[in-house]
Amino acid sequence: MSLSREVAIVGVDESDRIGIVPDHTPIDMLAEAVRNALNDAGVAPSEVDGLFTAGAAPMASVLVGEYLGIQPRVTDSTMTGGSSFVIHIEHAAAAIHAGLCEVAVIAHGETGYSNRARGMRRAFDSWLPQGQFETPYGLMAPAPAYAMAAVRHMHQYGTSSEQLAEIAVATRKWAMLNPKAMMRDPLTIDDVLASRWISYPFHLLDCCLVTDAGGAAVVTSAARARSTRKKPVWVLGTGEAHTHQMISQMPDFTWTAARQSGERAFAMAGVGREEIDLCEIYDSFTYTVLVTLESLGFCGPGEGGAFVSGQRTAPGGELPVNTSGGGLSYTHPGMFGIFTIIEAVRQLRGECGQRQVPDARIALVNGTGGTLSATGTAILAVD
Amino acid sequence: MADYHKPLPTPIPDTQPFWDAARRHELLVPFCLDCQRHFFYPRRLCPHCLGERIEWRKASGRGRVYSFTVQYRAAHPAFAADVPFVSAVVELDEGVRLATNLVDVEPDPAKLRCDMPVEVVFDDVTPEVTLPKFRPVAEVER
Repeated sequence: MSLSREVAIVGVDESDRIGIVPDHTPIDMLAEAVRNALNDAGVAPSEVDGLFTAGAAPMASVLVGEYLGIQPRVTDSTMTGGSSFVIHIEHAAAAIHAGLCEVAVIAHGETGYSNRARGMRRAFDSWLPQGQFETPYGLMAPAPAYAMAAVRHMHQYGTSSEQLAEIAVATRKWAMLNPKAMMRDPLTIDDVLASRWISYPFHLLDCCLVTDAGGAAVVTSAARARSTRKKPVWVLGTGEAHTHQMISQMPDFTWTAARQSGERAFAMAGVGREEIDLCEIYDSFTYTVLVTLESLGFCGPGEGGAFVSGQRTAPGGELPVNTSGGGLSYTHPGMFGIFTIIEAVRQLRGECGQRQVPDARIALVNGTGGTLSATGTAILAVD
Repeated sequence: MADYHKPLPTPIPDTQPFWDAARRHELLVPFCLDCQRHFFYPRRLCPHCLGERIEWRKASGRGRVYSFTVQYRAAHPAFAADVPFVSAVVELDEGVRLATNLVDVEPDPAKLRCDMPVEVVFDDVTPEVTLPKFRPVAEVER
């Protein structure tokens, strides 16, 4: 059975404001984004019968349903970190294909920036595996975990800090073309290398932003998609996978579960890597993009450094990546996955103004969650 | 120790022998009698075969750095006084990997490399808790 072209994404949007929004809670931002995405689709709130969200609270979809006055037939709080919302595309497609629901909303809101100001800190349980075997060694945040993965790649393959910086620079060039992006000043490789250390080999500018933002997408059946406001963006292929939760359990630091989720998505979509017009790849860190491009098969193992060199992923480059400016320069409230979907849909519809990729027909989105743990891949297209 | 404010592990029945051994300055690793493989972290069932005939085996305490990072910005305020410090994943000669800190070495990336040989040392951080950590050893000592 294939889910290819069974469903379409027909509405996407962010919350009214993104960036630093101290007067909003995560649920506020999520709610605005859902309303805006439904408006974008031209679909009434009363039609929503599938609800997919993660992370806003325990029982996230139940809380969000209550908050938005939605009593869904399909509910899904699958929480795989930043990849959750891309994985939700596959779950929504399966549910719609099976006739369990017809209009699914995938939604997220998070206030990573303002949480800091509010003194909110992620709690950890000292009896869980990570609490016992990683946290006591100072491994309780993403940066050092992803940093160790990058160090191993550099050791095995000779990948350089300059090559990682290529990704930050290319992403900033896209952000400079996006009025909604937080960081829009020009950036050079030297700027990245001169920024302060966070966790070797990551400088500050190898790391994503921490912002406040909400985002949402509306997914529906092929039949319903015929009468929505804008042209449908078809889901050609999807895949999901995870290999571990904490970094010390990662099978190999130089590839991710995007190998599995990507392979399945490409097989379902029936397209080749060379047919992809643009990629939206969760860029929690520069290395995340490099290792994901390799894992998805855009280049061979260890070739990512050379692949991203010469600004290949920048505007005008051979493979546009993170055309919104990504988590590195546009926005990143904590779990970026939903924003990869929003930007891919806008590109495929031709709505991106200065940053529009010419003749974009097929896009790949890939979310990564945890510590390079869980990935979701989706391949999207317009007719 | 009243002046130790960093996060500490809370042992559970499946991991208590590991932490008890650490207090004795011994490194124990679970070994599955069904599939004849070590695994880590300790848990109820073997992650390779879901076998439950598991015994604790004393590890050599020797291994190599699979990877490392030097943390310059503490992710938790309790580590703020420690930066820069080295976090690492060590692969033991028994074939399992564990997270740790590298000690007795400058926290300088130029002094560290993947695959460098290390050996376990035991850091008695409180009267109740000892954390296994690792320090570099010369290649010839192996």
